[in-house]
Amino acid sequence: MGETILAAEARPWREATQKPFVRIRGISKLFGDLAAVDDVSLDIYQGELFCLLGGSGCGKSTLLRMLAGFETPSKGHIEIDGQEMTGIAANLRPTNMMFQSYALFPHMSVEKNVAYGLLREGVPKTEAMARTADMLSLVKLEGFARRRPQQLSGGQQQRVALARSLIKQPKLLLLDEPLGALDKKLREETQFELIRIQEDLGVTFIVVTHDQEEAMTLSTRIGVMDRGRIVQVGEPRQIYEAPDTKFVADFIGSVNIFDGEVDAAAPDMMRVNTPEGAILCPPLPGLKAHQKVHVAVRPERIQLSRGPIKAANTLQGIVDEVAYMGNLSVYRVRLEGGRCLKVTAANGLHEENPITWDEAVHIGWSAAASTVLTK
Amino acid sequence: MRLRFTPVMAVLGFLFLYGPIASLVIYSFNESKLVTVWGGWSLKWYGELFANQQIMDAAWLSLRIAAISASVAVVLGTMMAMVLVRFRRVRGKSLMTGMVTAPLVMPDVIIGLSLLLLFVAMQGLIGWPGGRGFSTILIAHITFGMAFVAVVVQSRLSDMDDAVEEAALDLGASPARVFFDITLPMITPALIAGWLLAFTLSLDDLVIASFVSGPGASTLPMVIFSKVRLGVSPDINALASLIVLVVSIGIITAALLMRKKP
Repeated sequence: MGETILAAEARPWREATQKPFVRIRGISKLFGDLAAVDDVSLDIYQGELFCLLGGSGCGKSTLLRMLAGFETPSKGHIEIDGQEMTGIAANLRPTNMMFQSYALFPHMSVEKNVAYGLLREGVPKTEAMARTADMLSLVKLEGFARRRPQQLSGGQQQRVALARSLIKQPKLLLLDEPLGALDKKLREETQFELIRIQEDLGVTFIVVTHDQEEAMTLSTRIGVMDRGRIVQVGEPRQIYEAPDTKFVADFIGSVNIFDGEVDAAAPDMMRVNTPEGAILCPPLPGLKAHQKVHVAVRPERIQLSRGPIKAANTLQGIVDEVAYMGNLSVYRVRLEGGRCLKVTAANGLHEENPITWDEAVHIGWSAAASTVLTK
Repeated sequence: MRLRFTPVMAVLGFLFLYGPIASLVIYSFNESKLVTVWGGWSLKWYGELFANQQIMDAAWLSLRIAAISASVAVVLGTMMAMVLVRFRRVRGKSLMTGMVTAPLVMPDVIIGLSLLLLFVAMQGLIGWPGGRGFSTILIAHITFGMAFVAVVVQSRLSDMDDAVEEAALDLGASPARVFFDITLPMITPALIAGWLLAFTLSLDDLVIASFVSGPGASTLPMVIFSKVRLGVSPDINALASLIVLVVSIGIITAALLMRKKP
């Protein structure tokens, strides 16, 4: 019983009775004739770390800027903590933002940058400085208080920006590509740091990112955006394993997509005819015969072997390309029809005679590993 | 063989640029009454210069005009630059962007003439400005000074990350507060550079001032020009040297400030 309560607390979006903290209703933003954000509705709950994920120009940053109050929605409403945001200027909103460029004040010391929000709020100077010192130690920047932002490294500047945006203890923190300007190694370290701080302070985070790995690592839930619309909202696992559309399947991680049409559907199995042959999939209710569908198969769900494989779906091909990634290898297998599939396999320790270029191989995957997508 | 930039070439270059000015400065310390004959070192002509009431009056007038016109030009030019850079949708913005640089490239004769015609027409229509003199020169200098300030401030503003201002707004500062806390400190070097530029250009202007000035309001360049027509006297050398000094200080300071990164 204790476990179910915990689950409900940790995943409020699964409970219909939970009240969302941020309620976005039918938001659109038009720039001229172009809809940068197109009729987006979204509920975000207290304490979430929600990622808005999408390619450049998908409208994720515009949506974030509307939450911050830098852009006025052309249509729709935003409610934060029960308060309607329409007509409330950016400087009066209960949100704070961390900018992609960090946007530190170059003519102020680190300390003054961080304290700025408190001083504008009218907090007495001694208290503001004490809270600033606490915040700087939270982001591990003690001893840098008197420096100018230009004298810091990119990672340190990023932490100053984070400290500055957290100092007012906002109800909602908006982060625009918070890790975008860091190199890969630093980014990975900082991801966990960000989660730690978010959990310590219990602030609701909305993070905009184009990096799907980052979204996977950070978020409680992900909202995938494409051309101004939210195409799917879900937990990382859900988004990865049960994508709603071809776009989401393709955008999140790597995937092999087969276009085909429904051949026959039995209650427990469905067959989809594709140019590469028939593929067995789990049945999807409501599909008619000859309906056009896509079948998505993740590369790591495909087995690779020199000998025949016992699986629901099997194909044969020749290894076209091998990319050694350390923990795993990515193979490009050319099928008899000329189509190439991506297959990943874990690398064993001191593997003798691994599969290599130009070898004839068998590949196979279970019916459950094929995801049928109608869009 | 590759051509190399040798020290000799540098010396020749500097000589070409600054030789005439250097000779002027040296001859300003000349003892002799004849401008072209060297008669030993002396500060005599500087003394004579300061005793010349006409030149002193003109210098005072020029300095006042330069200081006031530069200050007004900085305020107006900054406002203009803010509109051009910060406001995304302003009607006629592209026209304004193009026109702001017009006074920079327009011949002084044309600016002077058109302003003169405007002042005369205005006087006929609304009775202001009553006669030409201090105020008409001031207006003329503000007009072109503003254009220079707008260009200098504009480039500084467009180098600036908009997000910096947004960040201050986001942290609870009102838009006015953002301007004074963030924007102004960040563009201060450009404001000073613009002011110095407008100041030196005003101090230097002969053509436009000649058109829009009236009796009793002769600026320093006008006085010098009229004196030189009667023959160059050595006190003009002294005066010119002082102007070179003031202008150099202004230009060098402006350049140093512009070079400083935001």
